[in-house]
Amino acid sequence: MNSLFGEKKARAEKLVFTSVDQYPEAPITLGTTLINFTGDWRTFIPIVNDEKCVKCYICWKFCPEPAIYIKEDGYIGIDYDYCKGCGICANECPTNAITMEKEEK
Amino acid sequence: MIEIRFHGRGGQGAVTAANILASAAFKQGKYVQAFPFFGVERRGAPVTAFTRIDDKPIRIKTQIYEPDIVVVLDPSLLDTVDVTAGLKDGGTVIVNTEKSKEEVLEKLKKKPGKLALVDATTIALEILGLPITNTAILGAVAKATGVVELKYVQEAIKETFSGELGEKNAKAAEEAFNKTVVYEL
Amino acid sequence: MAEYKPIRKVVSGNYAAAYAAKHARVQVVAAYPITPQTSIIEKIAEFIANGEADIQYVPVESEHSAMAACIGASAAGARAFTATSAQGLALMHEMLHWASGARLPIVMVDVNRAMAPPWSVWDDQTDSLAQRDTGWMQFYAENNQEVYDGVLMAFKVAETVNLPAMIVESAFILSHTYDVVEMIPQELVDEFLPPRKPLYDLADFSRPFSVGALGTPNDYYEFRYKIAKAMEDAVKVIKDVGREFGERFGRDYSEMIEKGYVDDADFVFMGMGSLMGTVKEAVDLLRKEGYKVGYAKVRWFRPFPKEELREIAESVKGIAVLDRNYSFGQEGILFNEAKGVLYNTSARPIIKNYIIGLGGRDFTVQDVKAVAENMKKVIEAGKLDREVEWYHLKR
Repeated sequence: MNSLFGEKKARAEKLVFTSVDQYPEAPITLGTTLINFTGDWRTFIPIVNDEKCVKCYICWKFCPEPAIYIKEDGYIGIDYDYCKGCGICANECPTNAITMEKEEK
Repeated sequence: MIEIRFHGRGGQGAVTAANILASAAFKQGKYVQAFPFFGVERRGAPVTAFTRIDDKPIRIKTQIYEPDIVVVLDPSLLDTVDVTAGLKDGGTVIVNTEKSKEEVLEKLKKKPGKLALVDATTIALEILGLPITNTAILGAVAKATGVVELKYVQEAIKETFSGELGEKNAKAAEEAFNKTVVYEL
Repeated sequence: MAEYKPIRKVVSGNYAAAYAAKHARVQVVAAYPITPQTSIIEKIAEFIANGEADIQYVPVESEHSAMAACIGASAAGARAFTATSAQGLALMHEMLHWASGARLPIVMVDVNRAMAPPWSVWDDQTDSLAQRDTGWMQFYAENNQEVYDGVLMAFKVAETVNLPAMIVESAFILSHTYDVVEMIPQELVDEFLPPRKPLYDLADFSRPFSVGALGTPNDYYEFRYKIAKAMEDAVKVIKDVGREFGERFGRDYSEMIEKGYVDDADFVFMGMGSLMGTVKEAVDLLRKEGYKVGYAKVRWFRPFPKEELREIAESVKGIAVLDRNYSFGQEGILFNEAKGVLYNTSARPIIKNYIIGLGGRDFTVQDVKAVAENMKKVIEAGKLDREVEWYHLKR
């Protein structure tokens, strides 16, 4: 399992504005992506098999979230805080290095 | 306030003439305003342009209906446009023409107080090689009206057209100044 | 502070706008040509080509894109400028909301031109007034000097309250009319208008964020209030900047409504833009003829100078509102605004609307006198003959 799982979620502080003065002056990001962990929406979880991965990064390009990143060793990692489990990466992988498995939560 | 109306054809530079006259009067320390008839000008079509000159800031923002001075850049306009429309009693008319005083007066609907004639087209052709009379005619304006001195007209011309072109146009104005004949009527 | 020695030039209203943009050291200009605006942008392009100004010029395929490019530039922290007219301004409409909603201090010159059809290139205020509710400040210039001064002040005000501002000038009557303009030496403009300090740093990659974020029903409301508040705060900022401008350069703009003879007038002419120059000339003549008249020239239409109008209404018997614009199904737009401002007050002068000069119809000193004659009768009668007068209509 990827080491990122739950990390951001653990340190996230939910931004709640209770008075108009707390809002930023301009409608720049309200931090919604910092508190809205779409990884919770997942039913199937992508699992990467590094032995089959050829580092083509097609999954990285296709991920709509994007929740796939390239690790220091060149293999890909998945940010499970945000991966919705759509399966596009597994569908596109030319070597079947990514498989979708039912996730037990 | 002195109000001046220019009649020309699109492309002859009536609007530029109005602007240069304004710049010249400004150099002489006056407040000025210059503008085209607020229309859609096309090359060859009759066009009008205006200049106002005053000793105090000019606030009025309307067209000129009763000019003190009328300047006609194209002699053929005398047949098609009522150039003296609204001309103040005793006002001045300046015409680029090779015709005589009598021939021009016959074409004017209203008799001006002063008539100035100059063959600016010939002067422009000789000096510039083009029948663009807007700078030459300003020499006639300086001579006939005294609203602005020739040297300021020439300065304003040289500011508008740079280098040799400016020198030639300034010379055209001087030549027209010398050749303009003024009739007190 | 260095000594102020103005540079006097004879320039058109459009060139005055271009010089002001240059002197304001705008960094990005994106615009699309349209008569009678085009010579503003041509002049700026000339400054760039001659190496007189360091401006990034973005050629675009429409006014909508012009404003979009300005929004991008302004969001990145640049001082952005554009200019347009009539149909072009209408095409920008969606993006105008975007500029104010994202709180970007873009400055634009709109050369008032009548909306088509019938096709027209002449002066009419309906194009800019139709943008009333977009969250842009609006300043109406009487003459070329005010176009120049207006652009410089607009940047300072806009960058203080973080809202965009529109400087509005008349088609041809200002845009193509040459007049004497006192320009300010660059170093003194720089003292008056220092570089912009943006609300946020878009290039701070340690703290990434998005601009123009989603606002759910739980958040949108507060952001709208902030715009409303910024617009209200702008009233004081405008007066302060106008006063500072006067102290530095001798032309005071601390009044959002320029007033003439108001304290000694039975009635005043109220209007905006170049037509008020002719009104001032006519008022002086009318007073010599014994008419107790004055004028109230509305410089800033947004934010609307409510307090100043209420003060005027307290001291006069009548207001003749001259609208070179019209809201179909209602009345002249300034007239409509003025009545709204006075409703919750005790001031009840007779207020009558004259629709004048639409599509560039000339409005002369004689016309002002005719309006004065009519208004005088209305005041003597103590009641309106009709609320809205189509003054020039051929009957």
